[in-house]
Amino acid sequence: MSERAKAGLDGKTTQDGRQRWKDGALADSLSRYSRRRETFQTISGLPIADIYTPEDVAEVDFERDIGYPGEYPFTRGVHATMYRGRLWTIRQVAGFGTAEDTNRRYKYLLAHGETGLSTDFDLPTLLGRDSDHPFARAEVGKIGVAIDTLRDAEILWDGIPLDEISASMTITAPAAVLIAMYEAVAARQGVTGSQITGTAQNDILKEYTAQNEYIFPPEPAVQLVVDTMEYCARTMPRFNPVSVSGYHIREAGATAAQELAFTLAAGFTYAREAVRRGLDIDFVAPRISFFFDLHIDFFEEIAKLRAARRMWARMMREKLAARDPRSWKLRTHCQTAGVSLTAQQIENNIVRTTIEAMAGVLGGTQSLHTNSMDEAYQIPSEKAIKIAVRTQQIIAAESGLADVVDPLAGSYYVESLTNRLEEEAWDLLRQIEDVGGMIRAVDIGWVQRQIADSSYTFQRQVESGERAIIGVNEYVEEESGELSPDLFFQVDPEVTERQIARLNQVRAQRDDRAVRSALSEVRHAAANGRNVMPAISEAVRAYASIGEICDVLREVFGEYRAPAIY
Amino acid sequence: MNKILRAVVAKPGMDGHDRGAKIVARALRDAGMEVIYTGIFQTSEAIVETVLQEDADILGISILSGAHLHYAEEIGRLLRESGLEEVLFLLGGTVPKEHVEQLKAYGVAEVFGPGTHTDEIVQYIRNWAAAREKDG
Repeated sequence: MSERAKAGLDGKTTQDGRQRWKDGALADSLSRYSRRRETFQTISGLPIADIYTPEDVAEVDFERDIGYPGEYPFTRGVHATMYRGRLWTIRQVAGFGTAEDTNRRYKYLLAHGETGLSTDFDLPTLLGRDSDHPFARAEVGKIGVAIDTLRDAEILWDGIPLDEISASMTITAPAAVLIAMYEAVAARQGVTGSQITGTAQNDILKEYTAQNEYIFPPEPAVQLVVDTMEYCARTMPRFNPVSVSGYHIREAGATAAQELAFTLAAGFTYAREAVRRGLDIDFVAPRISFFFDLHIDFFEEIAKLRAARRMWARMMREKLAARDPRSWKLRTHCQTAGVSLTAQQIENNIVRTTIEAMAGVLGGTQSLHTNSMDEAYQIPSEKAIKIAVRTQQIIAAESGLADVVDPLAGSYYVESLTNRLEEEAWDLLRQIEDVGGMIRAVDIGWVQRQIADSSYTFQRQVESGERAIIGVNEYVEEESGELSPDLFFQVDPEVTERQIARLNQVRAQRDDRAVRSALSEVRHAAANGRNVMPAISEAVRAYASIGEICDVLREVFGEYRAPAIY
Repeated sequence: MNKILRAVVAKPGMDGHDRGAKIVARALRDAGMEVIYTGIFQTSEAIVETVLQEDADILGISILSGAHLHYAEEIGRLLRESGLEEVLFLLGGTVPKEHVEQLKAYGVAEVFGPGTHTDEIVQYIRNWAAAREKDG
């Protein structure tokens, strides 16, 4: 580093100048106009100063803390060329109705330039219930696609080459079943295990704290995650069996630092449990991927992603002694914040989503979902989802944001915010260890309590007007509350009947003896602490349903009952 | 208004989106009510049973999965069948405007959509309680 550059980052040399500015220009200005507010804070409540100077980054060591993209600690990105080499994957999550409905939506998205797929499942599927379960009937195909057996999965990915187009599945509690279905469909397409790409969300810990789609208690559920990690590393080494998700934690009301800490703690827990099982950290860690939220506070989100990469690299290398650089890299998908969307004046959501998507790109995400303007109400309409895809294409092609790597590095504000978030997150991680680790912290509701407190604080700020939301507490307009006809979307009301009819047809046609024997093998493996994946794979190929497989696991693992914390 | 109001806040069905329900539960508690939050994954029968057991004045259900018509109909019917038609039945969530009339026909007194202030809900309940007291 040249002497001049060194002087520029050295806080002491500018201290006098900053004091002079405070006493002079700033004092002068404040004597005439006061600040708009007494204090400024990020959306997570971190204080924001008037300006940031070299003083604020005096502790930063360029080589150690910022460095170069594609190199440890990856603050600037996981690839050396980032988007100058390959753009991020445009991956819109989609799912509704039956497998046919969702397959049609995939083809629409791919025709409009989407480059990866992602599946949302309906509530019965997410909770491991068949569509004809009494509790399921009101929910079939509503918030995602209904999948009961391998037959549905075959239709879902029909005509989609699973070696070329990576598909992601937003599934967690019964992820083992869906991973087995995915593998079976790929095999039918003639795609071999080593060619299969894709991702399962499969991050169970955040279900207890935020998303609430759990089935089994945390201990066996985490072991099930490790089963899939081990199985996929052996049979489909390019497949990401876990996408550790901060998204839902943030959407449930957490701050950026809480999102960071609780997500990294979960990822660390899966990796450490795998090591405890005797697996080499470098066998499983390279395929752990992540999923973060992109909230509306632009700089805080960029800082969050940079801090996440730096922290994960250090956790893997220093705490779990990973040696393979691929184990140190935090690869992530991002989605713009559903909670930032408003049901009022929905066109404004296009603007919010654009700002959030820009933060994702400047933060170095590997793939991105941009929300559609009508998602505060419904499954997105075709018109709205096309605008969302176009938003990413405009950022990629026109804005110049994708043409340079980590342009905000060295910004006094962004670097100091990155450090600040990292410090706060390390502090939370220490508290989690003090409580007895993440599984325990989740089990006793410690994490849930933290999130509920942040969520309530934010709501009070919105209601008091302290936090402005355009169209909600400022610039409010009288609205009809009805969507324009070209934005109206409705799931076919006949979907439940059609789905149950197909399930019954599969049950009538399959070999029941093969199903019974496969299910008994699943029970055996689960009860004896063996990896359940080979048995689940057999059961899926025999057309056992997701409800049947999960019922067997319920018998062995039990069901989780959550403490009601608010 | 001397009697402390008792409210059950419930999440019927499989929908896990509980941020709103928890905020409302806390706001009602902060407003001096006794709140019983059922947690998620409740059947309609279990919710009405809780209202009965807890001798609640108010039942608020929160649904964001699109299954509001199904559950409002079921819970409204069960309330009447259990002789609980006096209970103030409220619903919160993302509900299309064209469904509001139908929900009211099922027995829902008021629907609170996105952007509702918790103060609004508290005030609505207080007005209802005051009117109930006056009617004796």
